[in-house]
Amino acid sequence: MKTFRRGGVHPDPSKITADVPIAPLAASAKVELPLSQCIGAPSVPVVKPGDAVVAGQMVAKAGGFVGAPVHSPVSGTVKKIEKTRSPQGLWQETVIIEADPESVNPQPLAGRADELKPEDLKLEPSEIVKRISEAGIVGLGGATFPTHVKLSIPDGKKAEMIIINGAECEPYLTCDDRLMRTCAAQIISGTKLLMRAVGVDRAIVGIEENKPEAIEAMRFAATVSPGIEVVELKKRYPQGGEKQLIEALTGREVPMGGLPVDVGCVVDNVATAYAVFDAVCRRRPLTQRVVTVTGPSLTNPGNFLVPFGTPISRLIEAAGGLPDDTGKVIAGGPMMGRAVSNLDAPTTKGLGGILVLPESMSRRPAVQPCIRCAKCVEACPMGLEPYLLASLSRLGRYEDAARRTIMGCIECGCCSYSCPSGRPILDFIKLGKLNLRKKK
Amino acid sequence: MNIILTTIIVLGMTGIVAAVVLWFVAKRFHVYENPRIAEIEELLPGANCGSCGYSGCHAFAVACVEATSLDGIECPITSNATMHEIGEIVGLAAAENTARVAIVKCNGTCENRPPLNRWQGPRSCALEASLYVGQSDCANGCLGCGDCVAACPFDAIAMNQESGLPLVDYGKCVGCGRCVAACPRGVMDLAVFDASKPLVHVACNNHDRGPAAMKVCKVSCIGCGKCVKVCPAGAVAVKEFLAGIDSEKCTGCGTCVEACPRNSITSYNKES
Amino acid sequence: MKELTISLSPHVHSGRTLDRCMWNVVIALIPTFAVAVWTFGAPALWVVLTSVAACLATEYAIERWLFHRPCTLTNGSALITGLLLGFNLPSILPLWMVIIGGVVAVGIGKMSFGGLGQNIWNPALVGRVFLLLSFPAAMTTWPAVQSGMDAATGATVQADASTGATLLAQLNAGHDSMDGAHLMDMLVGHMNGSLGEVGSIAILLGLVYLLCTRTITWHIPVSVLASAAFFSWAFGGNPLLDLLAGGLLLGAVFMATDYVTSPMTHAGQILFGICIGAITMVIRRFGSYPEGVSFAILLMNSFVPLINRYMHPHVLGERRKKK
Repeated sequence: MKTFRRGGVHPDPSKITADVPIAPLAASAKVELPLSQCIGAPSVPVVKPGDAVVAGQMVAKAGGFVGAPVHSPVSGTVKKIEKTRSPQGLWQETVIIEADPESVNPQPLAGRADELKPEDLKLEPSEIVKRISEAGIVGLGGATFPTHVKLSIPDGKKAEMIIINGAECEPYLTCDDRLMRTCAAQIISGTKLLMRAVGVDRAIVGIEENKPEAIEAMRFAATVSPGIEVVELKKRYPQGGEKQLIEALTGREVPMGGLPVDVGCVVDNVATAYAVFDAVCRRRPLTQRVVTVTGPSLTNPGNFLVPFGTPISRLIEAAGGLPDDTGKVIAGGPMMGRAVSNLDAPTTKGLGGILVLPESMSRRPAVQPCIRCAKCVEACPMGLEPYLLASLSRLGRYEDAARRTIMGCIECGCCSYSCPSGRPILDFIKLGKLNLRKKK
Repeated sequence: MNIILTTIIVLGMTGIVAAVVLWFVAKRFHVYENPRIAEIEELLPGANCGSCGYSGCHAFAVACVEATSLDGIECPITSNATMHEIGEIVGLAAAENTARVAIVKCNGTCENRPPLNRWQGPRSCALEASLYVGQSDCANGCLGCGDCVAACPFDAIAMNQESGLPLVDYGKCVGCGRCVAACPRGVMDLAVFDASKPLVHVACNNHDRGPAAMKVCKVSCIGCGKCVKVCPAGAVAVKEFLAGIDSEKCTGCGTCVEACPRNSITSYNKES
Repeated sequence: MKELTISLSPHVHSGRTLDRCMWNVVIALIPTFAVAVWTFGAPALWVVLTSVAACLATEYAIERWLFHRPCTLTNGSALITGLLLGFNLPSILPLWMVIIGGVVAVGIGKMSFGGLGQNIWNPALVGRVFLLLSFPAAMTTWPAVQSGMDAATGATVQADASTGATLLAQLNAGHDSMDGAHLMDMLVGHMNGSLGEVGSIAILLGLVYLLCTRTITWHIPVSVLASAAFFSWAFGGNPLLDLLAGGLLLGAVFMATDYVTSPMTHAGQILFGICIGAITMVIRRFGSYPEGVSFAILLMNSFVPLINRYMHPHVLGERRKKK
């Protein structure tokens, strides 16, 4: 079974929502659409307060080439364009729409009838990229990098294959798993469109071994598609990290500071592939996604199909409400997710999961002295020396840390996870990266 | 006798050879440095704080010697007299320099702004600011982790354990501005401070509109503009819903302190 | 609303704590301890207990009254130092010497560098070598072991030899042949030597436990033993005898693998192990001491910062130098 070569950890998968089917969840009457939903320039609003919008209408255009438009998931009236708080409580410019009550339900997922039409595969690659760009599709694995930018291969580089990331190595999260089980055919169709868009005839779908149903569904869907290979991967974190996935599937190493396309790969998440299908074949912009709402003490954890702009608190309500013993709410998975301080913030394109941890699990272990056990060095999938980077950064020796490739850190968290002394290794590495970026 | 003589000769010769080698090396590798650089360095504080814009006191002294005019070259932390002395050494007129100190533009103590969440992990303002809004909902206020304390080369800032805010020791602060650069929220600022008048400044950095600002903190500036109206010196201006006092124009009369409905303005008197 | 906890990722931890790692080592030492007590009787028990008590007391005193830090006895590191020190002593060593050894091990070997994680040398070995150099006669006097072993060697009190002296001394004298009875004795612990050196099987049991619980990796013990065996063969010795006699096993499994004083990368650990094996065999063959494990480990401990400085793992995506 394929896997990446060095480092990695084996956190308890805790996929408690793996067998809960995707349930649609209606948006609330007030839909908040933040303008910065992708890495890159914030979107520029094209509507004014008082304007009527219909579901799927663009409310903000891309703020630049590296940027994506934002579409309204609902019909209704634009109330205000003002600052609201992000899940981390920071101000963000937001379009607030008052939704018509009959339009708040999410669009149903593509069914058996929504197949790829033969003429879709004859589309010009540029037309496919244009449709993807107009639909506001960004990487749905969490990085939210605009997909059309990835598909525009820079001059002098050559893509050889598309890699579809279905690893979902983060514990607890199951949204990709469920999507693969439900919409395997559409994901494969989306993959074909991506292959046509960049002009390659090969694609590899990588899925971790703990999702046998998804692997089977994807294999079945890909049987008649030459060039698309579904590969079972070992259960190991961070299998779904871009560089690790490429290494596991192709054996190629993305050069330090380089992009996947430097080794001929274009990596997209399964949810992105599905969104591509939706955008190109059904001409639907990206206005919703599957979000896993999970946690050991939630009464009704599940996978929900939600329109963007729905408050996080509404998602938690749907999962049975915030338990009394809640200690921490995390946007994303437990390894790389960000702690949430404001539960009223809306869901956005990059949010794949809400994890509610009880008080007992949200406390960090007591910090003890580093005993130089080298567990972090063993765990680092990038081959860095986290203990060294963390102490250099703690001492303010950022230049020395840069010399030891601190910027190569992918912030997967394996070092802090495995540190027996409970040292906040990644915190200090992040601090170092922050300061180095500030200096530039 | 013979032994003593031999010893003297051997040791003497060794000494002479070594001296010659040293003399030769010193000549060969001599680096000429303008003696005035050392003279100026003597006058400088030697803290290498970098607030002059040069990498340290030596670099500053070199810059003074090489300059054709001292405009824009000044050590913000020495007195005017010292700058004049430097000016005399290089034969140029030194610009007048006003003494500045660091001010904390936040009064969000635990009482004024109760913590809403609990941070776990190493305390670093830069880290907390990169992740989220902080323990209160104020997106501009002090995070209270003491990056400014760590940045101060003069040991002039300390964390007040009760309020959770940094406290500047005006006996030690020289206004180098390191803390201003270190604060990720822009809470620290420099203000003119001379003994003749009290130091009056707005202890708030919240740029939110009135209602939002009012919600997050009991003593937040809401940009109402009362202080602008009452100031006899015209030193106050409201920008982005936040009042700011021009410390050069400010006479330290304290009218605004009285007038502020939010108690956001503080006055500090050197005597007190 | 409820007060939420905020922190940076990751939000979960493996649950493998420092205390657990340390206690795993303690558990791994139990078989060796049992064999020592079985072989040497009550005196062994007293030596180990005294050594442990001395180490714990020293650590407590220094943390409490010198460093003014919260007491850290529960993490088991001082306990391990005490056990290992005890295992490195002859069972009939006067107890006051044991106490000196414990105080030196923890006080000078560990706390003088700042406590856990800061020391350069393995504390237990610092204590042991201090005793060896200060009280050479007492440190090389072993009781007779009643066993199937050659009565002459077993009963002889060696005055000028070190650990495992009887067998190693014999070896040096040219008796490099072993019969089955000897081998069996060495495996189960019926031989002379310091407390912890005698039960090879018990030490290997500990090694298996440490490897299974992933407390240590195979790199250091295997490289030490392989290199020692190789150099033993190269110098014309009997590799099996060299591995089993003396403190090599104990050193390779429990002392060289000490987290604090071993290199951080696998490649560095293998180099570290190879050098320990080589130095040990050089001392055994050509040095004036018949035993060299302690010195080899301490010597290589000193090189660990240098190894860490120059041996880095391969960074993913960083080009290996070509052409």
